[in-house]
Formats: sequence, C-alpha cells, structure tokens
Amino acid sequence: MSINQRINQSLNQRIEEIRNDLLLFDDDLEKYEYIIDLGKQLEKLDTVHEKDENLVQGCTSKVWLVCEQNEKKLIFQANSNAKIVKGLVFILITVFSNLTPQEILHTDINILKQLNLTEIITPNRQSGVTGMLKRIKEYALAFDKKG
Amino acid sequence: MYKESFEYFENNNNVYLDNAATTQKPKQVLEIMHDYYTKYCANTHRSNYSTANKATTLFEESRIYLKDFINAKEKEEIIFTKGVTESINFIASSYVKDNFDTVIISSLEHHSNIVPWHMIGKSVDKGLCVVNCDENLNFDIKHFEDLLKKHPKSFVSLTHISNAFGKILPIKEIIAIAHKYDAVVMVDGAQTLAHISVDVQDLDVDFYALSSHKSFGPTGSGAIYIKEKYHRDIRPYQTGGATINDVTFERSILLDSPYRFEAGTQNIAGVLGFYEALKFIKSIGYDEIHKKEIELYLYLKKELHNIENVEFYNDITHSIGSLSFNIKGMNHEDVGILLDKQHVQVRCGHHCAQPIMKHLGIEGTIRVSIAFYNDKYDINKFIIALNKSIDILKD
Repeated sequence: MSINQRINQSLNQRIEEIRNDLLLFDDDLEKYEYIIDLGKQLEKLDTVHEKDENLVQGCTSKVWLVCEQNEKKLIFQANSNAKIVKGLVFILITVFSNLTPQEILHTDINILKQLNLTEIITPNRQSGVTGMLKRIKEYALAFDKKG
Repeated sequence: MYKESFEYFENNNNVYLDNAATTQKPKQVLEIMHDYYTKYCANTHRSNYSTANKATTLFEESRIYLKDFINAKEKEEIIFTKGVTESINFIASSYVKDNFDTVIISSLEHHSNIVPWHMIGKSVDKGLCVVNCDENLNFDIKHFEDLLKKHPKSFVSLTHISNAFGKILPIKEIIAIAHKYDAVVMVDGAQTLAHISVDVQDLDVDFYALSSHKSFGPTGSGAIYIKEKYHRDIRPYQTGGATINDVTFERSILLDSPYRFEAGTQNIAGVLGFYEALKFIKSIGYDEIHKKEIELYLYLKKELHNIENVEFYNDITHSIGSLSFNIKGMNHEDVGILLDKQHVQVRCGHHCAQPIMKHLGIEGTIRVSIAFYNDKYDINKFIIALNKSIDILKD
C-alpha cells in the first residue's frame, strides 16, 4: 500500500499493517528484499533538497529528510543513497506522513519495537533510525510552534 | 585446521572476515585469563603474598616475552597500555605536545593517528603535514623527504600496515630518511603482529605502538615500545598508584620506566592474555602465517576480479590482510547488511579512516580482512554471498 493510500488510517493501523507485512517473512534476506522493494515506492525527492542541512544525523548512510505542511498535516519527503535505508525511510514516512504536529508529538518514539524491526536493524543502523525519528519530532515541534 | 584452536569457530558457523577490526582469540588466551581470575587474582606490584607474587611474576614475564618478541633492547622499553589508541594519545600528550612544532603523518592513517594530533593543536597548515600517496596508495617517499627538508626535527607518526587497504609502508626506509633530518618516529603497529614480525632494533624505530586484540589477544590491552633514550623526556599525562618512588604533600618522585608510565591497576588479565597470544603466534611461526595469508589474499583478489563492476583502490603489491573494494552503483552498507544475513562478516564503512575515503571520493568500502586461520572455504562462501547480494541490489 502506498503512502497516499494510508492517509485515512490511524497511526496504530499503519503500524499494525506494516508490522503484519514484515511478519510474513521468515527469512531475513527475503525481508530485506521486501524492504528494498518498499524503498522503490518512495516519491522522488527533488535534488535541490539533497543538501547538508537536510541530512539526518546518526545514519551510516546518507538520508535527506524534508517536511512541509498541507492543511495542518505534515508531509515528509526523503531519500537515501542506500537501498535498504531507503526502504526503512519509506516505512517511517508511511507511519508519520499526513499527521498533525500534535499527533506526531504525542507518538511513542520507540516505534522500532512496535514494528519488530529491532531484530533486523543493526545497533549502528538503529542510531540512524533514531536520528530520523528525532528529526521528524523536531519538524513537528517547529510546525506546532508556528501554529 | 587452525580454526580448531579457537572456540569462537566451535560456537559460530559464520564466515569471519573482519580480522582487521579484531581477531578471534585462541583457547590458551582465554584459559590464562580464566586462571588469573579464578586461581591467583590479586593486584600486581603491590602486595607480597603468594598469589600477588604469582600475578606480578607473570605480568613481568609478559613484558620480557614481548620485549624479545619485538627484539627490544631492554624490558624497560615496553610499556603496557590499553592499546594503540591509548599509546598514540599518551605520546601525543606526554611528549610531542611540548617538544615538536611539526607532526608528519601519511594519507592512510586511521582516526587514532589523526585525532590525537588535532587535540594537541596540530592541524593541516598549523603543524600537521600529510604525506601524499600515489594512485596505488603507495607512500610518496619524495614528498616525505621534501616535508622533512622543510620541517627538520619533526615528529613522524605513521601506520605500518593500513587498516583499510592493507598497504605495508616501507617503514625501515622511512625511518632511516626521517633520522637523517633529526626527526623522531612513532609507528602505529595496530595491524602488524597478526601478519608480520617486528624487530624494533632493526627498524631503529623510536616508538612502536602495539595492539593485543588485533593480534589474537584480548581487547583492552596493548603496549608501546619506547626507545630508552626518550624515557626522561616524556612527562606522563597520567600518574598515580604504582608510578611513584616517594610522595609527600610537597612533591612526588616517580619511578623509572616502565612503572612511571603505568599508572593505576593494570589490565592484568589482558596483559597475560596478550602474552599467550604472542606465544601462540610464535608456535605457528610467521613463515607459516605469511605463506597462508599470501595464498589466501591472492585467491581472494582473483575471485573478486571475476565479479562484474568491482572497483579496487590499490593493487596488492606490498599489501597484506585487508582488501577494500566497492561494487559500482551499489552502496557498501547495503552489501554489508546482505552479507551479514548470509552469515558472512566483513566491515563496510569508512574503517575509521575518513580522510583517505574523502581523498578517493568515496564514503566507504567493503573491506575483507583475513587472518591465517581463514581458508578458501571462507572466501568461496563470501563470494557466493556477495554474488547473491549483488543480485538482490541490482536495479
């Protein structure tokens, strides 16, 4: 399901659905193939956004993340120079896009546990995902302050 | 067949090709550490009862063994540390900071031989010079000599073997040139003992930093060889228990080397483990280690050459241990994750050597690093897993 198709789902529904999709794979390698395929669904990020100020800290690969507000909801766009990370980025964007800043700020940041991704993401990569979640919250806070 | 000496391989069916990061530990190393903690655990150089004396005796035997192993002249020239990083930081802070205007390093250094110089205020154009390398990452001797002509009496700090690319620097020739210009030379031998023998007198090196955990010993231990003539010029950056001859509230009189440089309780089990690791290396012999590694290294390179779009950054002349490459159009981290999922362990990234990666215009590499206990089976499994990873990552 694409990001747009999930617009009307609640946050918990989105997480539940992604979690169930990932549970279909017994084999880690197949799970990664699936994650790589998810990355292919990421909307193309305009290259003008691929600049240092949009880089997410803590990622072993490069991840650029930008955010804009549309009718009170935040829309995230991102890209990465690594295919597996692109898939992980797609998952996070699917979870957090089209939510209000307040909804994001009230979300438990420990999403990895809920998605069952901790077992397949290395400790090094987890800090990258944590960096992305932190950046998403920072965007939410900034837009929330703007009102 | 050498894997039988390592319990790690009994417990894992992984293909372990990350030996430049750390090596596996033979049974003897684990046994002596276990014995220390279970049979004669006591502090060294302090108390005078039987187990303490046994611990101290073995600790000092380790020093003498290491002294002979690298052919140092005196046991006082061997100072135990946490490893190469601590050794370099120690010399940077305790000796170089107050005595040298210029530090010269190579382009291939890892962060442990770059950051300590920044921390004592040396950076490019402000007291830090970097020797160029050629397109095969060979050390540029001419550039080095030009730098020494411009900055005689410098402190030179160079890796012996590059952790990221396996390049062996012509250290003996480099030291001879450096001494012509009254420079003092420290060699970072983190990658050395696992692959080739070191003779500090033959090299005429002034400081030589050694790692235990990259040489089949435990983590958290290592040593630095310091040529005797420098002992009095070094003002230790940390002092305390076991470093002193006499203390009053007015002043402290330090002991002679090595004790003046070994403050606080040492990593006793780590040093004993290092001792056993050295004995283990000796029992195999460097001739055998070298023969096995060269055969495997050439086989690895040949097999990698058959893979489409593989990119190397150096030839393998004067190289050992590590081989770095990328697959054109693929991210090294992606490849590393998929290799791991197929139980093949290599390191993918910048290998704590970001400056050389930037120089090459890359963010990192896939690094295969072998030890003498690896075999063709490991390489074959790695190649199969690499091909599978490439298939998955292809557009």
